[in-house]
Amino acid sequence: MSSAAPGGTQEQGRSELGVALFLGALGILVIVQALLLPESRIARGPVGPGAVPIAVGSLLVVVAGFLAVDVWRGGRGEPEGGEDIELTGRSDWKTVAMLAAAFIANALLIEPLGWPISGAILFWGSAYALGSRHYVRDAVIALVLSVGSWYLFVLGLGTSLPVGILKGIL
Amino acid sequence: MDALTELMGGFGTALTPTNLLYALLGVLLGTAIGVLPGIGPAMTIALLLPLTRGLDVTTAIIMFAGIYYGGMYGGSTTSILLNTPGESASVVTAIEGNKMAKSGRAAQALATAAIGSFVAGTIATLLLALVAPLVADLAVEVSPADTFAIMLLAFIAVTSVLGSSRVRGLAALGIGLTIGLIGIDFTSGQQRLTFGVPELADGIDVIVVAVGLFAVGEALWTAAHLRRRPLDITPVGNPRMSRADWSRSWKPWLRGTAIGFPFGAVPAGGAEIPTFLSYVTEKRLSKHPEEFGKGAIEGVAGPEATNNASAAGGLVPLLTLGIPTTATAAVMLAAITSYGIEPGPRLFETEPVLVWGLIASLFIGNTALLVLNLPLAPLWARLLRIPRTYLYAGILFFSCLGAYAADASSFDLFLLLAIGALGFMMRRFGLPILPAIIGVILGPFAEEELRQALQISNGALSGLVDPFAIVVYVIVALILLWPVVRRFLPRRSIVPVLTEAAHEIEESHSHHGLTHAVSVERHVGDHRGDRAGDSAGGSRGPGEPSG
Repeated sequence: MSSAAPGGTQEQGRSELGVALFLGALGILVIVQALLLPESRIARGPVGPGAVPIAVGSLLVVVAGFLAVDVWRGGRGEPEGGEDIELTGRSDWKTVAMLAAAFIANALLIEPLGWPISGAILFWGSAYALGSRHYVRDAVIALVLSVGSWYLFVLGLGTSLPVGILKGIL
Repeated sequence: MDALTELMGGFGTALTPTNLLYALLGVLLGTAIGVLPGIGPAMTIALLLPLTRGLDVTTAIIMFAGIYYGGMYGGSTTSILLNTPGESASVVTAIEGNKMAKSGRAAQALATAAIGSFVAGTIATLLLALVAPLVADLAVEVSPADTFAIMLLAFIAVTSVLGSSRVRGLAALGIGLTIGLIGIDFTSGQQRLTFGVPELADGIDVIVVAVGLFAVGEALWTAAHLRRRPLDITPVGNPRMSRADWSRSWKPWLRGTAIGFPFGAVPAGGAEIPTFLSYVTEKRLSKHPEEFGKGAIEGVAGPEATNNASAAGGLVPLLTLGIPTTATAAVMLAAITSYGIEPGPRLFETEPVLVWGLIASLFIGNTALLVLNLPLAPLWARLLRIPRTYLYAGILFFSCLGAYAADASSFDLFLLLAIGALGFMMRRFGLPILPAIIGVILGPFAEEELRQALQISNGALSGLVDPFAIVVYVIVALILLWPVVRRFLPRRSIVPVLTEAAHEIEESHSHHGLTHAVSVERHVGDHRGDRAGDSAGGSRGPGEPSG
């Protein structure tokens, strides 16, 4: 892993200007939203609910400006490294998209199907996305984890997790 | 010796069989999760927090203390065995620790880290017990205006972490503050940035933010760049230290404690600077300076002790002022407030059982750490071999579990993914995560103090300045304007030790290409003429445009 990460290229420069743009837009959004807050009748104290958002929004806009200047002058944010990370290649968007799909599937299914099923789908899908091809072993691990964690939370910790279609079985 | 009596009472609370059991369980779980690669102490706490939800407050806090110490030790284990600091505080440990591991002395490195953490943790917790009540007494006098000033200092200090870009730090802080604004404003009842979404009215749960930024962001970011080659991991034997190891370790432990505690206790401290300082000090004082860079045991003993002492020191501002200085402390603050307790000067009066129970359980957690982790070290090392596909699938699995359990709402899961995407973006463009977390958690408190101060002064801005606050604002201004200020200072005035520390770190980075927690600025300083790049002042300051 080299620390000479994909920085310094034209492409990263352009996408990093996008970050400055994002920060600026976020700042403006925060300011506008604060200005649109209606007069409050129950407000206590001389400083209304809008003051701090305006300050934060301004901070964002100013920082966006400085960041744009920095990027324009050749500064690059350093992508984060790590033991499992290889920064030499391009981002693997396919894996990320598959992970996001597994994640969204869980979010959509947790209430209708219950955590024991949706959680298992999440784990199995994520393992598949990350390149595991032991379909059966993954499925067993996924089910053990999701059913186990359901029991732990519901019986051990008294927190409710949806049981869904397995109601009466677990 | 009032504090000691109270502390005894605290042990009475913490040593009931149930509480003791939870403390041990916390240490075990904390270490097991913390040792996993890519999971730092802050993430460990955020992931395990939902487990404490069903418990009664005191027991929960006690289990939490165990998780805290376990997570920190787990992080050091990873950095020694894999050269992968999970948090900037263990960057220094990784330098010598990993060299030791590579030369077959992994067990000794882990042992000196564990015993050093124990020694430092015990002394520092004792200091905490003695100092915190005094600080709390003083802090009662501190006005909202002063508290606001200190919080501002904490914000600025975390964005200027050793060696990273300050513009990007401030950007991360702004993002965090913005997330913290979402929800109903308490004093006016106005909805801010909720865009009519009812689920956002209560604000975004801090757990969702922390787990999203740390865990989901990390998993997605790693997945996009996953290394497909197997790692080589040093096997670990039974951790035993020879007589020579002991005699070379004990002084660094004590010196590390002395360096770490005060730095941790200052509201703008953090653990990076003291661990660097400890490393350089040990290198200077060592009888074997030639071993540094090849695996000197002092270079593990000192920084590890420092790290633990500064963590205990960090509890002083956390408990007495409600101001966190590290990501870990920020998540702790969120956890403590989630139990309905507000840290602050009055905490010692209003919740004595809880506070002293917590402090006592820090001792217990620390001891449990030593007792459990020395013999279990080979087992923890084996956890590092977990297949990466399962590791990151598991991180996502438990992130969802925690986020959902916090509020039983599937909306939170979508939010979690969105915040995870934000964390991905921040990692991609080198925006540090820590200022964002501090911003989310501390931002709302800071706003409250500000508005209270202005309420007292009836809206006059002069209400924000009194002598104490002015001193704090001057420090803030100095940190912000450091690159400008430095030009007017004589060359000598920059502390040489810090210079060396920054240089040391930079060197080790260029050796390993280790860019994880502390991103070292490019060598722009070199052609800028003066030694901006390798003075610590330099690295505090010119994170600013690295060009």
